[in-house]
Amino acid sequence: MSQALVIVAHGSHLNPGSSAPTYDHADTIRAAGAFDEVRTGFWKEEPSLREVLRTCEADEVYVVPMFISEGYFTEQVIPRELRLDDWDVADWDSDGLSADVATYTAEDTGQTVHYCGPVGTHESMTDVLVRRAESVTNDPDVGEGFGFAVVGHGTERNENSAKAIEYHADRVRDMDRFDEVQALYMDEEPEVDDVTDYFTAEDVVVVPLFISDGFHTQEDIPEDMGLTDDYRTGYDVPAAVDGHRIWYAGAVGTESLMADVVLERAADAGADVSAAIESVRETTRVAPGADD
Amino acid sequence: MLARQFDALLAAADSDDGIDFDGLHVAHESDGGYTFATPEHEATGLSESELHAHADGSPYVTNWYFWEREVQRHESPRRAFLRHAEAADDHGVHERYDALADGMVTEWGQLRIEATLADAAGDATPADGSRRYDVRHVDDADHPVEELERYDDPLEARELSKHDDDGMYRPLKTGTNMPTGWAFHDLDWRDAVETVETLYPATVANWYREREGRLDIDHWTDTTDRQTGIYGIVSELPREAVEWVAEAACDDSQCVKRREWQYDEGDDLAADGGTGAFPCREPCSLVIAAARRWTKLEEEEPREYTFHLTPSEKDQIEGVIDAVADGRVDEIREADVYEDANRYRTRYLRAKLFDDHGNLGSVPTDPEEGHDHDDHDDHDDHDDHDDHDDHDDHDDHDDHDDE
Ligand code: SF4
Repeated sequence: MSQALVIVAHGSHLNPGSSAPTYDHADTIRAAGAFDEVRTGFWKEEPSLREVLRTCEADEVYVVPMFISEGYFTEQVIPRELRLDDWDVADWDSDGLSADVATYTAEDTGQTVHYCGPVGTHESMTDVLVRRAESVTNDPDVGEGFGFAVVGHGTERNENSAKAIEYHADRVRDMDRFDEVQALYMDEEPEVDDVTDYFTAEDVVVVPLFISDGFHTQEDIPEDMGLTDDYRTGYDVPAAVDGHRIWYAGAVGTESLMADVVLERAADAGADVSAAIESVRETTRVAPGADD
Repeated sequence: MLARQFDALLAAADSDDGIDFDGLHVAHESDGGYTFATPEHEATGLSESELHAHADGSPYVTNWYFWEREVQRHESPRRAFLRHAEAADDHGVHERYDALADGMVTEWGQLRIEATLADAAGDATPADGSRRYDVRHVDDADHPVEELERYDDPLEARELSKHDDDGMYRPLKTGTNMPTGWAFHDLDWRDAVETVETLYPATVANWYREREGRLDIDHWTDTTDRQTGIYGIVSELPREAVEWVAEAACDDSQCVKRREWQYDEGDDLAADGGTGAFPCREPCSLVIAAARRWTKLEEEEPREYTFHLTPSEKDQIEGVIDAVADGRVDEIREADVYEDANRYRTRYLRAKLFDDHGNLGSVPTDPEEGHDHDDHDDHDDHDDHDDHDDHDDHDDHDDHDDE
């Protein structure tokens, strides 16, 4: 029986770059050859979440949401739009971080849909955050002498979003790789605006836990941290702020290793993708001193 | 005919069902001989080598092989679409092969899809009945392919169709602003369907469902009733406004899909659904997002304002609205002062009729609260910001929280 992977993401009516990371990761996975079909579907673009399943010929579909945390989208919008009529959030049996998979029959197509938890809460996402630090510093061994900050929204609108930030910050801390690790938020303390207050290390890598670059990661955060007065003029990497060097990485979701998290989600849901996981880890590696 | 095609033919003839496809009938009879029949010709009691002689050069055989051994996928949208691209259900094999030799064209929204037969590559590789396809903008029909930007990977269609010819982002893939100047040329059948589906996602699947009489239409009320978050209010848009939504967004001049959704089952909209080749089965996300804005705007009560305009000024205001609504503003020449939406004409009108606060005829927009137009502007900007999908969804607790 053939199997398809469908990556679902937000997309945008205004920002042409919003879909780019989703397309890129889909292409990486397609090239790895683990699925008969790899498709993408969007809330705001096409194919819509409503119609993406019918673009797949496979009877068995693994759906992986390109979202940072469990919440409104993963729990309400996506299952509803995909017509997983029997969906019940309790089937994920999640504490807000542990959604893995629940399986349903899509009402309109009859396909078996393995609906996976979002990429953002998967443990392998921690590796992507670290990989992002390697990419932005162009140093595969970055860590010593460096501080590391993960940035997200606060708890104000979605408690789970802050949980995901804390979770990955803890895991990076446990690696003992960076001198200091800190979770920072856009709308609550500890605030990203005060990034330099939270680190003694001169060099600090700042990685926003966001799927794609847009308003928050390209305008808000750089200005809030004082990397630039006006996002339109751009900023340096690293940028000097209050005696620190801030290595601002932009959205973690654009990191090519994200494709691995998507595959891990599908693997956890039962897809046979182990060979692809190896190949994706290999092809997305940061070569020492590589200049990309 | 290639050797593997004859092998496949033999194997199929030897199977229980034999072959019965598009006019070709081949069977291994119980008396041990083969039957080879087409609408023009029938031979029975054939040995294997006689069967080969009949099959060799027969378009029926290569046609069978292409559909039954390459495309396969019975009962699938892809197969149906490819059959449609050569009107296979209407024409016999000879007729089709003749037409394919010249190219058979299907229009699909703003796409032009031309099916042809692959050429023989010298004597050693005879024509094998495989089809080749060319996909391009309908407006580029007459351009030699060398003059167009050539692509062969269907995935490249994502990037090339992201912006229109003016470089503006296209939020709706079936908008009537497909860029021109490119061609996917010499594609095989897989890549041809993939290209079409990348440029116009899910249109083949929905067209097929419609043909099969099982298009699952979600009308306006179905679609708006299921919305939550910031789109929950869209179901409050009055019915008459839904007419204007359909007229504004779904008209053939704006979107190549044929709108099949109505206000409700049994309650059709008067607005024209259009003549597109493929259906639209529910209001799209762009229409829902715009309708959210209209729902908020329609909450306002009308007020009476008094302006004094010359007849030509009234005409001009109407002309400006028409020009913007029809997307003609960029076509109006700088010195064409006979056009209502000409820039000088419009600047003149503004200089004459607006006061320092930008109020038409010096009439404040909100006289009671004494707001002048500047305040109104600020208010608008703020709303616009809120309504930016990427921002506002966030502000209104819809989108960005978990993205
Ligand atoms: S709702 Fe209207 S604008 Fe949107 S895809 Fe359908 S026909 Fe086109």
